[in-house]
Amino acid sequence: MIWLSWRQFRTQAIVAGSVLAVLAILLLSTGFGLAHLYHVSGLAGCQAKHSCHNALALFSSGLRGSVYEFVFYIAIGLIYLGPALIGAFWGAPLVAREVETGTLRLAWSQSVSRSRWLIVKIAMLGLAGMAMTGLLSLMLYWWSQPAYEAAALARPDTGLSISRLTPLLFGTNGVAPLGYAAFAFAVGLAASVLIKRTLPAMAVTLAIVGLVLIAWPNWVRPHLITPVQSTVALRAQSVEGLSISSHAISLIVGANRPSSWVLSDMAVNSAGRPYTGPPTHACAAVSQSYQDCINSIIALHLKEAISFEPASRFWALQGYEAGTYLLLAVVLAAACTWWINRRRLA
Amino acid sequence: MTPETPVLKTTGLGKRYRTRWALRDCTLSVPGGHVTGLVGPNGAGKTTLLNMAVGLLAPTEGTVQVLGGEPAGSQAQLARVGFVAQDTPTYAGLSVADHLKLGQHMNPGWDAAIAEDRISRLDLDPKQKAGKLSGGQRAQLALTLAIAKRPEVLILDEPIASLDPLARREFLQTLMEVTAEHGLSVVMSSHLVSDLERICDYLIVLVSSRVRVAGEVETLLATHYQVTGPRCDPAQLPADWQIISASHTDRQSTLLVRSDTPVVEPGFTVDQIGLEDLVLSYLSQANSTAARGQKELETQR
Repeated sequence: MIWLSWRQFRTQAIVAGSVLAVLAILLLSTGFGLAHLYHVSGLAGCQAKHSCHNALALFSSGLRGSVYEFVFYIAIGLIYLGPALIGAFWGAPLVAREVETGTLRLAWSQSVSRSRWLIVKIAMLGLAGMAMTGLLSLMLYWWSQPAYEAAALARPDTGLSISRLTPLLFGTNGVAPLGYAAFAFAVGLAASVLIKRTLPAMAVTLAIVGLVLIAWPNWVRPHLITPVQSTVALRAQSVEGLSISSHAISLIVGANRPSSWVLSDMAVNSAGRPYTGPPTHACAAVSQSYQDCINSIIALHLKEAISFEPASRFWALQGYEAGTYLLLAVVLAAACTWWINRRRLA
Repeated sequence: MTPETPVLKTTGLGKRYRTRWALRDCTLSVPGGHVTGLVGPNGAGKTTLLNMAVGLLAPTEGTVQVLGGEPAGSQAQLARVGFVAQDTPTYAGLSVADHLKLGQHMNPGWDAAIAEDRISRLDLDPKQKAGKLSGGQRAQLALTLAIAKRPEVLILDEPIASLDPLARREFLQTLMEVTAEHGLSVVMSSHLVSDLERICDYLIVLVSSRVRVAGEVETLLATHYQVTGPRCDPAQLPADWQIISASHTDRQSTLLVRSDTPVVEPGFTVDQIGLEDLVLSYLSQANSTAARGQKELETQR
């Protein structure tokens, strides 16, 4: 059974391996350059605020519009695209194509139970998919290390405000991509078993995996670990903007927490309710300046309520996220194995 | 397996797809040691029956046993049954040699010598991709796979329906050779009676899930007579005659009679009947029964 699985998977494995090799070459050939830029900018040894600021500026200008930006986006895109493609091209055809060509009737007439037939295939393709995504993620982790380290030193206004916890980048780091790959493959398999036609199964797989990956950071990830709630006195530096109408005022507040994942951040009154006005005299009067308006609001002694995931929770969040996806994948794969044993196919 | 264990036995077997019954209340028993032909019109449920016999489909109701065991119930059971599915599927992207390797890796009882011998006798290039083979060669490859796993029973679902006459003849030739060499029981479905006549020694006629007639071909031929004579009333014919079909002109009646004793009746001409005519009579009998049922339904409305 292992022989047949490998024989059928061989071509796809070679194609996927080649894509991975090209990427590895791309990352290796630029990765040392990026590390070099980090050192020559003086970021490695900078201690004082001033020298770090200069080094950062040097590093940022070296990044802007460079090949590094391009490679970074390509790699991020592929880490997300990879699992979806694994689901659509490895998972979805697994059973459906054999139903379409009738070869399932040949395969299931050999002296191998269909559970074993499926489990061997799931193990081989699923693990290969996870290994590939894991390798890509590992390479990108090494490659992007200088950029993340620089960002940890930077203030948000320098334009280098990336963090491993921001929704988009979180999914390209650590073990989360392994979970995505396993999950996407299992979704493809389930679509394959239920729909039994390759193209519709591929389309459904892409749609489901896409939707889940997009919806996840907003709807599920914040609930994996209850965010830290912090309430501090509102300071003028935190106010990024405001809008005023005749009866109400709304503040846009931004906390300076560069490496955390801020989920919500707002100005609240002493009762803990969001501050909505009414507008102060300074803000209502046209003659007064923006700064006077801000000062009049600060004088109200409002609080800033922040809900966030601190940087220290990165690996815990990664573990929960990958674990949840893996669990979903295992449940789906087990359900598929159970389902084909009910002999609904062929 | 005792000699009495039927190779295929079904009791009240039925399979429903949503609201349509592909097979319903089918009870039959195929004895071992025969090359059995399963004949019936398209839609009689032959493929459904055989797919259930090899465990590809689960019955909606009733039971099915092959060699006394549950179809595909265990690895041992899978190894005992060789199956060539309808349209003889093979992996288009795999070569002939790959298919043999597949068989070797997936069957503990695989006999490589048989497989290689068959491939060389068929003059197939082992490096040829199965997708590039002709229909006849593909069917032969599928048969080779089913034989080389050394099954006790070989089940074939319309393996020759889509082949040209020459390929059909060659396929049946191979089948006859291996049956004789390995002492296999064979169950083979077809709607081509003339082909079955060449190789089958046991026949089952299946029409709308019902067994119309079943028995050894020799016995069937020996107990069916075509009787021609002046037009007569069926009620006046001898009581031990079982009239399978009757057609009448103004002056003459032609009957297919089943009788365990030789038919001798003054004034009638009695002829032996060929297998094809025999089967067709049973099939047309079923048709007229169905037509009558239809009429009754219409008058009820």
